Amino acid sequence: MFNFSAEEIDAIRLSLWVASIGIAASLPFGLLIAYVLARKRFPGKLLLDGLVHMPLVLPPVVTGYILLLLFGRKGPIGAFLEQTFGLVFSFRWTGAALAAAVMGFPLMVRAIRLSLESTDRRLEDASRTLGANGLTTFFFITLPLALPGIIAGLVLAFAKALGEFGATITFVSNIPGETRTLPTAIYTFTQVPGGDAGAFRLAAVAVVIALVALVLSELLARRTAARIDG
Amino acid sequence: MFDISITTSLGDFKLDVSFKSESMVTALSGPSGSGKSSVVAAIAGLLKPARGKIVVNGRALFDSAARIDIPAQKRGVRVVFQESRLFPHFTVAQNLMFGRWLAGKTRDRQFDEVVSLLGIEPLLARRPRKLSGGERQRVAIGRALLAEPQALLLDEPLASLDAGRKEEIIPYLTRLVANAKIPVLYVSHARDEIERLAQTIVKIDGGRVIEVERR
Repeated sequence: MFNFSAEEIDAIRLSLWVASIGIAASLPFGLLIAYVLARKRFPGKLLLDGLVHMPLVLPPVVTGYILLLLFGRKGPIGAFLEQTFGLVFSFRWTGAALAAAVMGFPLMVRAIRLSLESTDRRLEDASRTLGANGLTTFFFITLPLALPGIIAGLVLAFAKALGEFGATITFVSNIPGETRTLPTAIYTFTQVPGGDAGAFRLAAVAVVIALVALVLSELLARRTAARIDG
Repeated sequence: MFDISITTSLGDFKLDVSFKSESMVTALSGPSGSGKSSVVAAIAGLLKPARGKIVVNGRALFDSAARIDIPAQKRGVRVVFQESRLFPHFTVAQNLMFGRWLAGKTRDRQFDEVVSLLGIEPLLARRPRKLSGGERQRVAIGRALLAEPQALLLDEPLASLDAGRKEEIIPYLTRLVANAKIPVLYVSHARDEIERLAQTIVKIDGGRVIEVERR
């Protein structure tokens, strides 16, 4: 029953890789945006908030199409990145990682923002009176105190990224070994005769990964919270 | 030592406080809600007054007319807050070293001296949550002292403690304040604490200075 074919192993490995890279690369941006949304007041804040949340409410196919328009080889950002850094997204695993990052981004920002909003600002004031500037205070006080929320955000985004289907298939198609992630592989299996066993095996793997991620994040969050509270 | 004259409004509350004190230790006294903590926040750089000036030890920290507003982290004004505000994710030793490290100092002899003066050696490896209220305040005092202070603001450091704990800290405070080589502003509404410690007592109520008593 659970003899995975090379193709299935490829899909699992690629999915984990794509989701990990996508989430890791978007974390710095997620932290920055969450911080700005939690702490700063500026014109256009509502617009930025809305923009960040777009992938959550848009049909994923539309998000994928927009990515194709912007980050495709002829798109304004895609062409620029290819010329300057040699970075190509379309029909590559990098594109799948980008789609995963974009779809997970609202969940990540939301969780980090909430935990930043609930950290004690008076501790940041105390840090400043001890001679720490804004950046030092952020890295030594704010960030460690918000860590449980950051972990929660990472796991939520990772889970979302792992399950990403619509945007990925629209943006980078369904190429075995390059962009065929777990969901697209399951979809492919259901489209061919005799693919049921493969689809079932991969679905079981998806369930296990999701469960492990949730349990792991809960344990990690508990440990960090315990460390913070002493 | 302190030359303060600030006005600002905080919601419905209007703060209009001016006083001068040449004493090493100045007490700021008044009932709760009289504006004491706002004065502390303004001197520390955590609250920006609408108008006025703040001069500590001859150094202008804030002057709206001259457009001076030194950021909190560059004022060298260390604060002991009523609720300690120790960093919960640091050990006691890390709390004590945070400001000292930022001031470019190491865990040197002065560190050991302050730690032993405050009697907190046995606590160094613990985290703030595991400390009693009195222990927390002693650590908070140590943290401020070790951060190379140019002035010290004690904002009701004993207010959150019961009588027994107060007696536990007062000897440390008296020793510290008696040896002060930097300006100290001691905020409290407890008459006995103030009389033991300060040479000038500034009384405020409703956001205004009502009396300055020199002893």
